[in-house]
Amino acid sequence: MTLYSLTHLQRLEAEAIHILREVVSEAANPVMLYSVGKDSAVMLHLARKAFYPSPPPFPLLHVDTTWKFRDMYALRDRAARKAGMQLIVYQNPEAVKRGINPFDHGSMHTDMWKTEGLKQALDLHGFDAAFGGARRDEEKSRAKERIFSFRTTNHRWDPKAQRPELWRVFNARKAKGESMRVFPLSNWTELDIWQYIHLENIEIVPLYFAAERPTVIRDGLLLMVDDERFPLNGETPVMRSVRFRTLGCYPLTGAVESHARTLPQIIQEMLLTTTSERQGRAIDHDQSASMEKKKQEGYF
Amino acid sequence: MNEIYKTDALIAEDIDSYLETHQHKTMLRFITCGSVDDGKSTLIGRLLYDSKMIFEDQLAALENDSRRVGTQGENIDFALLVDGLAAEREQGITIDVAYRFFATEKRKFIVADTPGHEQYTRNMVTGASTADLAVILIDARKGVLTQTRRHSYLAHLLGLRHIVLTVNKMDLVGYDWAVFEQIVKDYRDFAESIGIIDFAAIPISGLAGDNIAAPSANMDWYDGPTLLAHLETVDLDQSADQRKPFRLPVQWVNRPNLDFRGFSGTIAAGQVHPGDEVRVLPSGKTSTVARIVTFDGDQDRAVAGQAVTLCLADEIDCSRGQVITAARSPVEVADQFEATIIWMDEDNMVPGRAYWLKIGAQTVGATVAQPKYQVNVNTMEHLAAKTLDLNAIGVATVTTDRDIPFAPYEDSRDLGGFILIDRLTNRTVGAGLIHFALRRAQNIHWQATDISRDHHAAMKNQQPMVLWMTGLSGSGKSTIANLVEKKLARMNRHTFLLDGDNVRHGLNKDLGFTDADRVENIRRVGEVAKLMTDAGLIVITAFISPFRSEREMVRAMMQPGEFVEIFIDTPLAEAEKRDVKGLYAKARAGQLKNFTGIDSPYEPPETPQIRIDTTRMNAEEAADLIISKLIP
Repeated sequence: MTLYSLTHLQRLEAEAIHILREVVSEAANPVMLYSVGKDSAVMLHLARKAFYPSPPPFPLLHVDTTWKFRDMYALRDRAARKAGMQLIVYQNPEAVKRGINPFDHGSMHTDMWKTEGLKQALDLHGFDAAFGGARRDEEKSRAKERIFSFRTTNHRWDPKAQRPELWRVFNARKAKGESMRVFPLSNWTELDIWQYIHLENIEIVPLYFAAERPTVIRDGLLLMVDDERFPLNGETPVMRSVRFRTLGCYPLTGAVESHARTLPQIIQEMLLTTTSERQGRAIDHDQSASMEKKKQEGYF
Repeated sequence: MNEIYKTDALIAEDIDSYLETHQHKTMLRFITCGSVDDGKSTLIGRLLYDSKMIFEDQLAALENDSRRVGTQGENIDFALLVDGLAAEREQGITIDVAYRFFATEKRKFIVADTPGHEQYTRNMVTGASTADLAVILIDARKGVLTQTRRHSYLAHLLGLRHIVLTVNKMDLVGYDWAVFEQIVKDYRDFAESIGIIDFAAIPISGLAGDNIAAPSANMDWYDGPTLLAHLETVDLDQSADQRKPFRLPVQWVNRPNLDFRGFSGTIAAGQVHPGDEVRVLPSGKTSTVARIVTFDGDQDRAVAGQAVTLCLADEIDCSRGQVITAARSPVEVADQFEATIIWMDEDNMVPGRAYWLKIGAQTVGATVAQPKYQVNVNTMEHLAAKTLDLNAIGVATVTTDRDIPFAPYEDSRDLGGFILIDRLTNRTVGAGLIHFALRRAQNIHWQATDISRDHHAAMKNQQPMVLWMTGLSGSGKSTIANLVEKKLARMNRHTFLLDGDNVRHGLNKDLGFTDADRVENIRRVGEVAKLMTDAGLIVITAFISPFRSEREMVRAMMQPGEFVEIFIDTPLAEAEKRDVKGLYAKARAGQLKNFTGIDSPYEPPETPQIRIDTTRMNAEEAADLIISKLIP
């Protein structure tokens, strides 16, 4: 008998597919959170693999803040069509009405658009399980979270009362109103994601590749002026060759100066870099436990 | 130069060939365990640091935290890297398992840092269940401790094939060879006694970095590999599962249209090729593999660990939870097992209570009998036990409500490992490892009878049902039940009254009043009531039946709608005031143990079909109300 040794990427892929199928079998109304970033791209690709030749039997949900990069909106609609999946776009109506934006409203921007928006969207559609693309290597409280992460009726995460999670046997049972956040990419690292995108030839937002873009520097972050809503206080945007390691709302997402125009070049830069990927995110900077607090409040 | 740093040159010069190498890396999942302060977190922090997995911004945050709450003075406290929860950082201990990732030139690693405290055993078990190897840490100054034994026992129990004994803090014992040798000898004596045949032993210092990534200059007497070198080269034997007969638990049936019917799942063991003969269990139907379907095209083989979709040549019945196996060596099918149970909930296991049991992709009802014994995980002694409490490990008989395909846990984690879920809270309350079947399913048959339950009921011209009265002792259950039966008799209904006290004189005279006996009491009454409804009767019961779980268990035994829960609601103070049988007085005086409401709990129904408030109506009115609700 010839024996075959599975590579780490093959094992991670199989694990993610197993998780996706388990949720579809046990949840009444699952949904996939789709943020258009590279992790979402990988997760969507895995979903297509898990259920092939069927299309993934759940919709995609984009909790929109209206402040994403224009390139992201373009890819979002294309990717959903290609996968044959319904795309639900949700914007918190209260945030729309009050015109919440990252320039005037600080942390309220994330709270209202993302945390509140997500909870509203899940409640509105009665989703009882939501896939998210979070990875355990991103942040310390995520490193502690289960793959099937139980949430109360108020969407709260209780880090001290996590269910034991053994082998590949996941407990998805819950009472009415309670829900699960499920993370198929829990055990992937940033390098695994890039490598998999490279191997599988997955389409990602062009912003991940270096290009000349109009930028300004604010509070130490290198920000891209993506549209006319960016208030320039007398500044003139400077064209710089930049790319993004993660993508969020464009006024909150720092770019890095780079000339990496291909995936291998991106991976090369990533491997030789000395800062972590979330460094460009304004959200975690407040304090060490800030992500844990946000998660308890219902943030993904 | 350190192995890891050499890769930098390759990355800089030839990223494509680096990627090619990295693609073919294997993956090792391991856990670290040890007592409090053995330096587990420090060791992992060191592994991450030495393999350059800590970035500058993280290092800056770490230096900041180290000064603020660290335990290493001016030095970096690596433990703060892994203790991620606020509560952990405050208390300086590890509560939950944390997963960390690093890679070297040869392998990718996932390390689960598991807590040392006994109260967090369930979290250690969570980490260990998916690991291939355990790094057991020992403080060189302390030697083999109770916790060392417990962690080793659990790692071995969960089937981790590789154990690495790392004797840490060698710097604090002057890098003394004799200290190391004595600890290794002590550990070997213990390890052999619990069946660990082989282990590696490495003297290290996590804080100083000795023998972690680089060989120690302080311990010339040690000529073995560094910890990292050992982790990189240990034989994973991952392909061993491929030599076993084929097994695929079906997770999901893929039916995009009428022309395609595929069975999706992760291969638990063996290999599969188109043309292989397979058998589906428990049904036993056979067929042939027609196609192995994946997004990347049809495959000519698939192996253990891969997630695939199979199409079979014949239209046979196969659904989620069933197992597709090699036709000539199928798995066993049974509904009763001996298993090791690890209890993981604050509420004790209740022998006889109906739990959900999830194994592979199947969830079934199951009960656990009173344990044959409990293992004292610190001394390995077998103790007599009536139940299992949080973190207890014991051996017990498990009975499922239907046949399930399985394999002994030592042959297959996927087909031999199960979890137990509480039916009301939905919490994962226990984990189980199947040893062997106690009763082969093929030996029990259901005898079909010609006169059906419908026929019985039709002859009596009535709808069978169970009027289940629950409430505290002295609430008035028996009185009301008796009146209800008399009124029904006057209406020419065929009834039977099962009374709590009366049943305990005969059928259940061997049972006492412990939680476990109360559960068995209700189970038997439920079975009798079920037989009576099969015979077409209206059954009236009057039992305290204090636990929601058991009332739900009886409801589940009956046909939908047949079970009517009637809550005889009398406040404790009122029942105690009446004290018709003088039992409350005795219980208060300590002469009666496990008395409901006094030193044993009563869980009132949350949504009873009928609620009788005995402070607002007498027994006669209550009986009339019940009849009016049932017979319009």
